Amino acid sequence: MPSVAPMRPFSDIAIAFLNDLSKKVMSRGRAYSDVFTFGFWCRRSALLKEKSKYDDLCCRLGKGVIFHSTPSNVPVNFAFSFAAGLLAGNANIVRLPALNFEQVNIICAAFNDLLEHDHKELRPYICMVKYPTGAEITDKFSSMCDVRVIWGGDDTIAAIRKSPLSPRATDITFADRYSIAVIDAPAYLASEDKDKLARNFYNDTYFSDQNACTSPRIIFWIGEEKESAKKIFWKNIHDLAKKNYALAPVQSVGKLAAFYRAAAERNVRLEKGEDCYVTRVNVDSIDEDLMRFKYNSGFFFEYDISALDDILPACAGRCQTLTYYGLTRERLTKLLACPPRGVDRIVPIGTSMDFSLVWDGYDLIRGLSRKVSII
Amino acid sequence: MTYDEILKISPFSLNKSEKEGILTERLKELTERHIDACPQYASMMRAVGFKPESIDSYYDIPFLPVSLFKELDLVSVPKNDIFKCVTSSGTTAQAVSKIYLDRATAGNQQKTLVKIVSDFTGSARMPMLIIDTPSVIKDRAMFSARGAGILGFSIFGLDKTYALGDDMQIDIPAVEAFVERHRGEKVLLFGFTFMVWQHFYKELLMNENKFDLSNGMLIHGGGWKKLVSESVSREEFKRRLTDACGLSDIFDYYGMAEQTGCIYMECEQGHLHASIFSDVVTRRHIDFSPCDIGEPGIIQVVSMLPESYPGHSLLTEDWGVILGEDDCPCGRKGRYFKVSGRLKNAEIRGCSDTYAVGF
Repeated sequence: MPSVAPMRPFSDIAIAFLNDLSKKVMSRGRAYSDVFTFGFWCRRSALLKEKSKYDDLCCRLGKGVIFHSTPSNVPVNFAFSFAAGLLAGNANIVRLPALNFEQVNIICAAFNDLLEHDHKELRPYICMVKYPTGAEITDKFSSMCDVRVIWGGDDTIAAIRKSPLSPRATDITFADRYSIAVIDAPAYLASEDKDKLARNFYNDTYFSDQNACTSPRIIFWIGEEKESAKKIFWKNIHDLAKKNYALAPVQSVGKLAAFYRAAAERNVRLEKGEDCYVTRVNVDSIDEDLMRFKYNSGFFFEYDISALDDILPACAGRCQTLTYYGLTRERLTKLLACPPRGVDRIVPIGTSMDFSLVWDGYDLIRGLSRKVSII
Repeated sequence: MTYDEILKISPFSLNKSEKEGILTERLKELTERHIDACPQYASMMRAVGFKPESIDSYYDIPFLPVSLFKELDLVSVPKNDIFKCVTSSGTTAQAVSKIYLDRATAGNQQKTLVKIVSDFTGSARMPMLIIDTPSVIKDRAMFSARGAGILGFSIFGLDKTYALGDDMQIDIPAVEAFVERHRGEKVLLFGFTFMVWQHFYKELLMNENKFDLSNGMLIHGGGWKKLVSESVSREEFKRRLTDACGLSDIFDYYGMAEQTGCIYMECEQGHLHASIFSDVVTRRHIDFSPCDIGEPGIIQVVSMLPESYPGHSLLTEDWGVILGEDDCPCGRKGRYFKVSGRLKNAEIRGCSDTYAVGF
């Protein structure tokens, strides 16, 4: 694999391959919304649109070999990571999740079909691997790659970094992050499609047990009539969670313990709800330390603000995504004027999980390719 | 009523309404006491908007998840009054609970244990074989729940003999001599369920000479988690021990380091019993409302004992079912129940790997 020639980013053969992959997985993986989403994302038209965002592709080439270590509990993440590596012009070794997911099987079967017949030329560029724990194999892949992409959070990053890279190689790491949301109360009250917003918020949170790095943990409310907005908003979320979310006993107990942990050390107040589906914890101040008490499975800190700048104490280095409702781009852009240490993505509620080639502040196409200067 | 007065009441003699009155009064007092004396507890009660004066029954008192005692140092007495710190056995978990005891609480734990257990064993002390190693009780100021259990139960014993050596190997000569000394006498065996199984029963099987312990009564506790992984049921546990050494009087108990003293003993019917000093409530995980009799739920335990730490109302991580109240055929009043085991871990999704992976 190290001797394989790099490709240009967004090469025709890479796009053709992903487009065929898209067709296959969208027809075979209908039952899985995450497989379908991946298929939809790598259609030719969508990729060409991504391509058009880059103005320096003519002098860029893939770095060579990318070793992707993907998270153990997000089934389709490996496919996005791989697609980014291929689009950037590289050969890819992808370590698949250790757990056996049907989504992984569907996508890998499609790889095999395509490499067997219509896309033989890409065979040297694609290698999906699964191997038991043990540093030996990770050492080998790490020593032969040009970029190592590590998903799975702090502990995994620390474990994989024990395997040395070659001198010119680099890591792209996806560490533990948290996310936040801001809702403009008057805009929400005026909204005609509150059900849709509820579904979108549900997808950002409960769909991944509110434990993805993109899932908001603090909800900020801004504007007049916050209390009436909250009442309707949370009732909708509650009804949706009650209908769709399988809350296990350990999650109820875990949320209660998380609340008391916060209450022991901070001035907080539990917003009483009728049951355990939605846990709302009102906080009286925002600082970086609050995230020590974060929890999942529908556990939200809430804080009222009068100006958008008031969210800045939450925008520390670990803060990844700011999702919003009812705020204009101008208002949001102004936030960057008082530069926060964190926040890599500002996206509407409902799209926090949408994969993008710019992720966690990294431009994956540029990070996985090199620029040749010609003067 | 003071706790000393309550201690004079026979532990399984009160019916539902008699018990509820006394328990509510005492638990309300304890709640107020901890709010005054433990700032973290006060802060927690403020956060849920709880006011002790508003309660009608002990059901209304908030329950703290037991895991909090692993993460926080919750104490309701001045540092100087702390007489010892008991830690949960922590055989599998890395973090252990830390329970701070003053003399009054520790004393009440011991007195309460005696009241409860002697209802089953009778008040006469018996020669006692401890299925453990003496090294678990060496450090008395900071000891584990295992050590605390052994010391607690030792009060029922004469000629206390440890069945295991420091290396957890069965001490055959010591056990043989014990059996010899007390042939024909009623003897008491005490140990933790897993120790009894792993280091006593399994070793007995390998020993050529069979001991005759048919005159023995075994009290064991500490949970079935490890035995469940070996697929050993309660019935099988008893049957295999009977086969191995003739033991037939075998009583399990349920209890936790966070509420030492208030144990729940298993009666002849195989039911765990709540004494008047404590109670169990099962709760629905959807909204924490109390379950009906026969409906499984998360076990909450309340105890009259904890004065030095706010552990009088706790939500356990166990799943169980209340089988009845005041009407067990064994004649004991109060609730009786069954524990089905630990709450199942949920597969939480998310981007961070949930377990430390070896690479």
